[in-house]
Amino acid sequence: MFCLPLEYYNEMIAHVRAEAPNEGCGLLAGKDGRIQKHYRARNSEQSPVLYSIDAKDLLGYMRDMDAQGWDLLAIYHSHTHSQAYPSATDVKLAFYPDAVYLIISLQEPQRPIIRGFRIQDDVITEEEVDVET
Amino acid sequence: MTVEVQIPAVLKKHTGGAKSVKGQGQTVRELLDNLDRDYPGIKKQLTSEDGQLHRFVNVYLNDEDIRFLQQMETGLKDGDVVSILPAIAGG
Repeated sequence: MFCLPLEYYNEMIAHVRAEAPNEGCGLLAGKDGRIQKHYRARNSEQSPVLYSIDAKDLLGYMRDMDAQGWDLLAIYHSHTHSQAYPSATDVKLAFYPDAVYLIISLQEPQRPIIRGFRIQDDVITEEEVDVET
Repeated sequence: MTVEVQIPAVLKKHTGGAKSVKGQGQTVRELLDNLDRDYPGIKKQLTSEDGQLHRFVNVYLNDEDIRFLQQMETGLKDGDVVSILPAIAGG
């Protein structure tokens, strides 16, 4: 179970809506499963079908997490025109087995759907997302 | 040249769990060749068959992306820090 406080959920939804029709992406970091920080990332692909966090920004985020003693808890991105399930590209490029991959579907813009997955060695395992109100 | 190499979680299985290892080489290419001798298999994770860095692997020399330096031929000095980070990307 991935616990997602409502404030972070709202921030992520606002971020990916602002990026639409391109995919939006970002990171959640914290300790012992408690989120402490939301990094709104730039999608360097600027694409409706691909995302890639800017390489220079990524190093900065990782340095910040190390300095704070935080772990990378989740990686999120939006699917603007498809369901909230990992694409073949998502599986191929899943290099962070310790993080939960959160996917936000904006197929119906007024009804975003968020689901979480662990992806390791091409195996997708769903992790329930609990939005805490 | 002896440098510190910061290893991402996804590659720690190659380094016996170490987050940081020492490596040697005059260039990034030599460094990766030498690392592969100590930690077999690690280079294959980072480079393609033509010897270039995989598109979805970022290597930084003291926080500069080597793609904006001399790529695999980027020169190293004693005490440099080389960080390896897989891209965060998908579709």
